[in-house]
Amino acid sequence: MKLITTGSAGTMESNDIMITVEPTDEGGVQVELTSSVYQQFGKQIIAVIRETAAAYGVENALITAVDKGALDCTVRARVSTALMRAADCRDYVWEVRQDV
Amino acid sequence: MYKKDRLRRSMMFVPGNNPGMIRDAHIYGADSIMFDLEDSVAYSEKDAARFLVYNALKTLHFGTKETVVRINDLSSGLGVEDLEAVVRAGVQVVRLPKTDSAQDVIDCEREIARIEREAGIPVGSTGMMAAIESARGVLNAVEIARASDRLIGIALGAEDYVTDLKTTRSDGIELLFARCMILNAARAAGIAALDTVFSNVNDEEGFIAEATLIKKLGFDGKSVINPRQIEPLHKVFMPSEKDLNKARAIMEAIAEANARGSGVASLNGKMIDKPVVTRARRLLELYEAGSKADEVEEL
Amino acid sequence: MVTLKDIPHIDEISNHGLFGGAAEKKTATFRQRYHQQNKVVPSLEEAIRRTGLRDGMTISFHHHFRNGDHIVNMVVDKLAEMGYRNLTLAASSLAAVHAPLIKHIKNGVITHIETSGLRGELAEEISRGLMDCPVVFRSHGGRASAIRSGELHIDVAFLGAPSCDPYGNANGYSRDDDNGIACGSLGYARTDAKYADNVIIITNNLVAYPNAPWAIPEYDVDYVVFTEDIGDPKGIMSGATRYTKDPKELLIAKTAANVIEATGYLYDGFSMQMGSGGASLATARFLRQKMIDQNIHCRFALGGITGQITAMHEEGLIDRILDVQSFDLDAALSLKNNHFHHQIGATYYASHMISAAVDQLDFVILSALEIDTDFNVNVLTGSDGVIRGAIGGHPDTAEGASLSVVVAPLTRGRIPTIVKHVNTVVTPGDVVDVVVTEQGIAVNPRRADLKEKIEAAGLHVFTIEQLQQRAEALVGVPEPIRYKDRIVGVVMYRDNTIIDVVREIDENA
Repeated sequence: MKLITTGSAGTMESNDIMITVEPTDEGGVQVELTSSVYQQFGKQIIAVIRETAAAYGVENALITAVDKGALDCTVRARVSTALMRAADCRDYVWEVRQDV
Repeated sequence: MYKKDRLRRSMMFVPGNNPGMIRDAHIYGADSIMFDLEDSVAYSEKDAARFLVYNALKTLHFGTKETVVRINDLSSGLGVEDLEAVVRAGVQVVRLPKTDSAQDVIDCEREIARIEREAGIPVGSTGMMAAIESARGVLNAVEIARASDRLIGIALGAEDYVTDLKTTRSDGIELLFARCMILNAARAAGIAALDTVFSNVNDEEGFIAEATLIKKLGFDGKSVINPRQIEPLHKVFMPSEKDLNKARAIMEAIAEANARGSGVASLNGKMIDKPVVTRARRLLELYEAGSKADEVEEL
Repeated sequence: MVTLKDIPHIDEISNHGLFGGAAEKKTATFRQRYHQQNKVVPSLEEAIRRTGLRDGMTISFHHHFRNGDHIVNMVVDKLAEMGYRNLTLAASSLAAVHAPLIKHIKNGVITHIETSGLRGELAEEISRGLMDCPVVFRSHGGRASAIRSGELHIDVAFLGAPSCDPYGNANGYSRDDDNGIACGSLGYARTDAKYADNVIIITNNLVAYPNAPWAIPEYDVDYVVFTEDIGDPKGIMSGATRYTKDPKELLIAKTAANVIEATGYLYDGFSMQMGSGGASLATARFLRQKMIDQNIHCRFALGGITGQITAMHEEGLIDRILDVQSFDLDAALSLKNNHFHHQIGATYYASHMISAAVDQLDFVILSALEIDTDFNVNVLTGSDGVIRGAIGGHPDTAEGASLSVVVAPLTRGRIPTIVKHVNTVVTPGDVVDVVVTEQGIAVNPRRADLKEKIEAAGLHVFTIEQLQQRAEALVGVPEPIRYKDRIVGVVMYRDNTIIDVVREIDENA
């Protein structure tokens, strides 16, 4: 995925996370996280952000996240949305269900 | 996988872009929870809500609740992508808004079937329901209700409908024709009939009056917009002690007749007709569902 | 003519000797007298001097002004200015507004703290190791016992009062005009006033003698200081504590009310206490409906009192209110106006040394920051290990009541409430009976009787382990908190035995 602009998604409400993705040329995927539950879940949130970015084939980006206690599925959703917006992409790739 | 015939007294709207509400949607006792991608989501957030509902459906457990997603209608240009997401995520029922004709249902079903095939999901796994929100839709209710085997029910969406009629919502008289049409169309097709929302959450009396009315008409249930409406709604659907005793007596008489090997059962000297038995059975099912104070969720 | 030696057994009867004439007869009017001879001291500094306070002594405060309190900061500022050092500060509780104490701890004015709780910056700094001597956390009942037994000896009590007369009759409101501040009950201050060596009342409202009714009688008071500013009314209490509209809290409250009804403790003549948290307060609303439907009366409601309780009293549903602390203006007004809304002190409320009011409770609804699978409850430290709460009457009422119900959401945001081990044990599982969350009820296995009754009422009972697992499945497993070895807080049970400690958090790990 090629990021061309700054994309953001999410809100500052509780149970949500605000993600901002900025394209960079080098340095890999950098994640800057502020979280109300940083001590308890910071590592886990960063891992989910990285996994999601990797799944979209993002190689370089600065991802800023302000978390208000979002669950993993919410983190995944907000990162996906922000990435698609940053890539100005409408070509969604929904995965094939494995559990059937 | 959806279940065609199940209890649907209450279908609770949950805004599709609100993670906190999605997370807690199942705790309030609604029979179905409906994540909304349509009217409760701003146009600029449609993509965000779609991702959120997709990930929530895949990850969270909603216990024994029926999961429904209200998609954007196909003509909006958003509906197909909504389907791509929620069908793959394994939603039980897709709610199609603004259904004006049988063709709307057929078009939607074709997309669902395609996605199921592409995703490796058995074709036919995803249920559908159609919300009728226009005069044209009401007049086409009979064809709409029969348009797909996947349909679990049809519902009335009153806000758009009254606008279309050039009236506003008042005491319910304005909805009488639509409700009767939808109810009869649903029954003729053998599917559920679901009533519209009651938007003033603070008017519990008005809500109960409307719920009582639609139960009398024959509706299976009603959409709710706030958890507070669930308990009063379920109370309305709770059978009375008198009706219960009668139903139990009928079922006992049937069991007795069956034990005798007789096809004819009677109670108090009167023969019991088949519809009487059907009603009695349905009543007892309702009672059982309603008397479970807290549905035991798999923990 | 009386001669002492003629009186048989005079040594056993009296040693005061013979009457030698009365004191000079007063002729001034009552009004003149109380302008001339009274306990009003011109300044706080002068009052402090007269008490003979020395370095190393213990000073005390009450927390009836909550986060609007200006007394603690004002007094400690003054003590610092006067050069005092090495004092023990024993407050019934401390709030976020007391952050300025940090500088007085750093400069050696305050070297030890006793309190029910800590919040805000002060709490955070203490969790990071601000103080050399650990803070002692006591419950309201435990503090009353420690003061009464002498374990906690108070040299000078500085007690803010919204009304006081020149002789020291002090109260949390006034039947004359109040002066912009009312806090209702002064229950916790009464213990300090009774047992402290010196008592200074600090008031913004000097009223005419006698300031009846009073919370603190003049014979317990040594000095009265007038000052314009004793607190911020907005921080002291709001108009009325509103019922929550949060559907999750309402669901928890409704379930809790159903549990109480099922267990048989809701009968005509029962007694109860409610916490002030959203869900526990809302439980009152659901109980109210059951009481009306079944024509049941509550004999007394105890503890921290809110407008919800006083409204039920005024409706005739609750016969008596025993008020140790008024949580809102409605409660304070009721205390002023209702004959059977009665003010009680901390000892009467919850001391384990006597048969206290908590021992007469049928049930109590309590909140929690954490509950573990042994039913231990933490109301003191957050999920990050930082102090951010208060023990209050939690262990006192949990032990005293026949049925203790803890209400809490299964998780708060991403933080699980039901955990394997609480960070800090404040109330032991031995006295916690039922836990109600929005996702299910758990009953302490010790109370098989309750489980049976709750199930018989058609409510499902989970094991506490099932609730813990459900929370974990939803939010995941949090990283364990890292602590240093140093102990920064000692937690006392209500009998003042040490039940747990709080350690310094390790932020660099």
